[in-house]
Amino acid sequence: MTQTSLKITARNCQVYYGETHAIKDVSVDIADNTVTAFIGPSGCGKSTFLRCLNRMNDTIDVCRVTGDILLDGEDIYDAKVDPVQLRAKVGMVFQKPNPFPKSIYDNVAYGPKIHGLARTKAELDEIVETALKRAALWGEVKDRLLAPGTGLSGGQQQRLCIARAIATSPEVLLMDEPCSALDPIATAQVEELIDELRRDYSVVIVTHSMQQAARVSQKTAFFHLGNLVEFGDTSQIFTKPSDPRTESYITGRIG
Amino acid sequence: MNDITAAAAPEAARKRHGSLLVQDARTKTRNASETRFRRLGLLAVALGMLALVGLLGSILSNGLSAFKQTYLQVEVFLDPAKLDKTGSGDLAQIAKVSTFGYAPLIQAAMQGAAKEAGVDTSALPAKALGQMVSKEAPATLRNFVLASPEKIGQTVSFSLLANGRIDGYFKGRVTMESAALDRNISPEQLAFADQLKAAGVLETKFNWAFFTAPDASDTRPEAAGLGVAILGSIYMMLIVLCLSLPLGVAASIYLEEFAPKNRFTDLIEVNISNLAAVPSIVFGILGLAIFINLVGLPQSAPIVGGLVLTLMTLPTIIIATRAALKSVPPSIRDAALGVGASKMQSIFHHVLPLAMPGILTGAIIGLAQALGETAPLLLIGMVAFVREYPAGPPEGLFDPAAALPVQVYNWTQRGDPAFVERASGAIIVLLVFLIVMNTAAILLRRKFERRW
Ligand SMILES: Nc1ncnc2c1ncn2[C@@H]1O[C@H](COP(=O)(O)OP(=O)(O)OP(=O)(O)O)[C@@H](O)[C@H]1O
Ligand SMILES: [Mg+2]
Repeated sequence: MTQTSLKITARNCQVYYGETHAIKDVSVDIADNTVTAFIGPSGCGKSTFLRCLNRMNDTIDVCRVTGDILLDGEDIYDAKVDPVQLRAKVGMVFQKPNPFPKSIYDNVAYGPKIHGLARTKAELDEIVETALKRAALWGEVKDRLLAPGTGLSGGQQQRLCIARAIATSPEVLLMDEPCSALDPIATAQVEELIDELRRDYSVVIVTHSMQQAARVSQKTAFFHLGNLVEFGDTSQIFTKPSDPRTESYITGRIG
Repeated sequence: MNDITAAAAPEAARKRHGSLLVQDARTKTRNASETRFRRLGLLAVALGMLALVGLLGSILSNGLSAFKQTYLQVEVFLDPAKLDKTGSGDLAQIAKVSTFGYAPLIQAAMQGAAKEAGVDTSALPAKALGQMVSKEAPATLRNFVLASPEKIGQTVSFSLLANGRIDGYFKGRVTMESAALDRNISPEQLAFADQLKAAGVLETKFNWAFFTAPDASDTRPEAAGLGVAILGSIYMMLIVLCLSLPLGVAASIYLEEFAPKNRFTDLIEVNISNLAAVPSIVFGILGLAIFINLVGLPQSAPIVGGLVLTLMTLPTIIIATRAALKSVPPSIRDAALGVGASKMQSIFHHVLPLAMPGILTGAIIGLAQALGETAPLLLIGMVAFVREYPAGPPEGLFDPAAALPVQVYNWTQRGDPAFVERASGAIIVLLVFLIVMNTAAILLRRKFERRW
């Protein structure tokens, strides 16, 4: 394995939704050029923690985050940080596919447009095509780029959202169950994409599939009831977990 | 598990549920209540339709005749001996002749027309002949002469308004019997009108003047038109549209998307809902107190009416816009923020286009309400009798004008039954305006909805 540097460092992170304490004292190190998987039973706070990493939680009024989260050594919750600038660096694919009610082309082109990544129409076309190809969607939509993105099937929509996220070429890509609506073939394609993205980005993926976590990730974090129970190399977590809770989860006894 | 239980289980299950081909008691009651509900719904719709048909029927039957008007086609000799006694052609001299001076010309013209048509007028004195023409006619002639004094001494063909009673006779409003009791018209005059009609001197034409002429006094309903009222209403709608739409949408976006959720914004929210329920006449009092008495804007002016109606429409637009913004799924905002759009970009690029149909509907409903609003306008003096057209905008916004619904109210207050016809006609015009606006709303909705 190549030497990797740290991309994101979270220290003593707490998240509250009003009175609910959703994330309890979580500290993780997310390396660059690595796929980190978050696993854990439903409602344990995987999405919540993921949303902390690009400050999407700011949009929830009752949500309060404490602790330090550093991206390349800079505190992303610093008062000087503009969350918009942060989110251009840390892209996100949501749990439920949410394409814009615009054409497929516009969906992918929107990010590059607002960030001024393309100077000409040809450049923009190029970005859109590359993104769609990497998201394994190009073959299915290349003849109907101007058709509405909302008219695609659920799995296609999710891949469109992936294409949209990578079109802005972020440094970190957060994916919340990107494959939950995909068939095995599309899942395999997305997993391949994730593996490929690892070369340029740091990828964090939330998944409910142990096999997927084992297949695509190098690091795995196991969450339970808002606690980070165990964090380490994927191979180690899946073969010799140190915590009994991890073991019972991956063997299917809790969840 | 042994063989007997395995065979018995489906049998027992079938017994418990009965045959699918026979409806059980629960299904029957469920279906019966559904049928009942459907019938009730149908009944409600039918009642609504009936009321609408009745309303439209009565308005149309009363008001459609307002779009036709009886005219007399006569040759008038512009007698220099009456109009320009000095023969100087001096406009100041000619202007000294009041409308009374034109009455003899009209009487003579009527006699001439009768002779031409071969109608015997011996039963009617010249004065009675003159009365068959609208009291508006002398003014029409005078305006013509003042506009082109060189025509004095010539015979000019005019299409003069017939008196309202004659007009009513051909519309079925006035009969020989009612004329016998009416000191404004006599059965002889009506009989003569019949003959003139047969001779082609008197004819019923489409009443363009109804849309272009200003209001007329109590004694000449045949000359009354909606011109000033339509213009006033259009001016006010322009003001309302230009002020309330941007203000309302901006306020809604701020309240819905940017404002912190606290006591203060709650208070504002409650107040906006309350404002929407405030009786419109209260807005009229407010307008009178603030815009006229405090700011000193002129009475009866569209600017004041427009401002008052704007205040009245704002809550409607704000409530509709906020509802439209709320109905945009949050996942769209997340998606936009997720690719690094700012809040402003996410709202203007994604949320607002999706909310547009709702906003437009709200705006048009608000505008339609404002168009039909009468009470507040009465208070700010828009009920005044206005015969002068307001100038073009923007100065015209400060000139006195009428408004369509106020004109309807005004005409229903007048004594002459011919004004009832006019009022119904005005209601039809108002309804057409509303239909046009609602159609525009639907078309705009479609257009924006097609963008998914
Ligand atoms: N917007 C919110 N307001 C209040 N509580 C929330 C909100 N979102 C999440 N929670 C709570 O925070 C906890 C963690 O939720 P989260 O969505 O992070 O779970 P998750 O691990 O992603 O679950 P899943 O695997 O089902 O997606 C849950 O108990 C949930 O009820
Ligand atoms: Mg989740």
